[in-house]
Amino acid sequence: MRTMLFRHAIREAMDEELEHDENVVIFGEEVAQYNGAYKVTEGLWNKWGDKRIFDTPISEAGFIGMGVGASMLGVRPVMELMFWSFHSVAFDQLVNNAANMRYMSGGLANCPIVLRGPANGGTGVGATHSHCPENIFASMPGLKVVTPSTPADAKGLLKAAIRDNDPVYFMENTLLYGIEGEVPPAEDGDFVIPLGVADIKREGTDLTLIAHGRCVHFALEAAEKLQAEKGINAEVLDLRSIRPLDQDAILKSIKKTNRCVIVDESKPFCGVSSQIITIIQEHAFDYLDAPIKRVCTLDAPATYSKYVEHDQLPNVARILDTVATIID
Amino acid sequence: MAVYACCALYRLLDWQYALTAQATKQLTMDTSITPTDYAAAPINAALSAEEKIEMYREMCRIRRFEQTALKYYNKGEMAGFLHLYIGQESVATGTISLCGENDHVITAYRCHGHALACGMEMNPSMAELFGKATGASKGKGGSMHLFAPEHNFWGGHGIVGGQTPLGLGLAFGVKYQGLKGCCLCYLGDGAINQGAFHESLNMASLMEIPVVYIIENNGYSMGTSQARSSAHDGPLAKRAEGYGMEWDTVNGEDVYEVRAKTYEAMERARNENKPTLLEIATYRYYGHSVADANAKKYRTPEEIEKYKTYHDPIRLWRRQLISEGVLSDETADAIDKEAKLEANAAGKFAVESPVPTVESLFEDVYWEVDNDTAAGNTGRHFFND
Repeated sequence: MRTMLFRHAIREAMDEELEHDENVVIFGEEVAQYNGAYKVTEGLWNKWGDKRIFDTPISEAGFIGMGVGASMLGVRPVMELMFWSFHSVAFDQLVNNAANMRYMSGGLANCPIVLRGPANGGTGVGATHSHCPENIFASMPGLKVVTPSTPADAKGLLKAAIRDNDPVYFMENTLLYGIEGEVPPAEDGDFVIPLGVADIKREGTDLTLIAHGRCVHFALEAAEKLQAEKGINAEVLDLRSIRPLDQDAILKSIKKTNRCVIVDESKPFCGVSSQIITIIQEHAFDYLDAPIKRVCTLDAPATYSKYVEHDQLPNVARILDTVATIID
Repeated sequence: MAVYACCALYRLLDWQYALTAQATKQLTMDTSITPTDYAAAPINAALSAEEKIEMYREMCRIRRFEQTALKYYNKGEMAGFLHLYIGQESVATGTISLCGENDHVITAYRCHGHALACGMEMNPSMAELFGKATGASKGKGGSMHLFAPEHNFWGGHGIVGGQTPLGLGLAFGVKYQGLKGCCLCYLGDGAINQGAFHESLNMASLMEIPVVYIIENNGYSMGTSQARSSAHDGPLAKRAEGYGMEWDTVNGEDVYEVRAKTYEAMERARNENKPTLLEIATYRYYGHSVADANAKKYRTPEEIEKYKTYHDPIRLWRRQLISEGVLSDETADAIDKEAKLEANAAGKFAVESPVPTVESLFEDVYWEVDNDTAAGNTGRHFFND
């Protein structure tokens, strides 16, 4: 199996989908001639030219609205938000338009768009640039929210997102762009991972760590430490998409391990974790041997200070401390 | 570049600016406007008598449809808002009469006129206002969100100015797919101060998108006059100059002028991928919505009556066609009566239509779910327990 960088896996997915469907078009700020603010789209403009990939002004409401409008005619825009934090200046387009269009038209119109870009803290850029809005958008019926954690997942899920006929909001992480991982070679065939299928990243029997995005890596590291230091065999379940959600996988794992800690970079109040807990207590209450615990970003706006930012975000130490409260 | 106030036919708009700038000033409207100068424009000279009569019929249909809707709204048959287009019929009718198969239309919440002019039928339109299952959007959209993609009509959008980037996108889509067409994107004068509109103007000009933005200037952004809402020097459309975009002003009561100037803009879009900002002077007889309790307070009853008496677009078009000898009073009355009967029948259809089921709430949310695809059957999409 070959390995590749996370950012290159995303690029390969877009490259393949540009080839696969002539209606796929990429646009956003700095995606073309600049080669991408994070080099995710590097080389695509050289290869595909101005028609298939182009730069937009810094006008999120304008270009996302344009993508929504074009998608109703069958164009399939894949738009980059330089930061998902910038969603707030295009909320009308992302929610009132993209999420509601099909509904308000009684099914006469639909919006096959993808919005992708990083949504994470941990880079010292302060509260305006560190939002993790997966919970906000997953709370909107009509939208789909995807949060890949590995290069392979990023590629397979993005290809599924681009082929999906509903609006898909694809949330990456700048701190994962440089990680390397195995990705099936292109010659092995179309590598598409369906949305709504969680993935067990580590099999275990004593406890389930549910995570998505970069938190999957914290959970995996914590699981190794738990095994080595306490002999606790933790399962790590990667949600991969928040909506659609693989409820069956969550419940199956809980029924096996009977204990759960959710690791979630969104905020605790009305976060992704809140919904997961609701589902577990409604459908697997009798299988629980301990209260469900969670490790979220600490409930304050994202700090700028590099001295405490690490502590505000989910991290291995906080996972271990939290696990210790429900299992010896 | 367009020339501001170059002819008598601009006087209506000119008068509106004077009015809103000095709301207490005595009305001094020139009521002798005769809409004939643009009749000779090639796009109008090419009109057959039937096509001219058809536009009269369309305007009658829009008005009768809305009068019927108002009757049922006042009886409590409808929820929410009802933004009436009455008084503005010539704008949608005149502009949309120019549309071909690759031209698209999108507008804001005052959308009934555009929907009907695009070819949407009265029954599903009326039933939608009632929230019935037989509505065009199965009762999920309502008055502000009529859709008819089969007629290239893409809504019906509730947020002021929110449709402007979508219109940009429809036009982008036409261009991307290599088709010769454009998008007519309508907005009210109250929408011109929204940021999304300005982003759209910039991108349309910068990226050479074949969109025609049409400001239907009825003088009031809800209850706030232009003088109190827009810092401007002359026409609102002049703001296009800041984006290097062509613009023009149009007397909306003259169907010929509406068509001549809109056609010019559409041809610029279709042939050169150049956008245009048009400002069409018009007037609404009713409030911002029917729920606008102050509709007769922020303007005088005399002002409304002046428009009804001297500037009613249907009456003027009818007079024009009679003077041309293509329409008789009897035929005109018969067409109007027919429109009224059609609207009444649509009202009856809506009243008698079934209401939606609770189960139907979960239809039309996800394409993949509705179409029972693998993607639609993978993972949980709804969270009601």
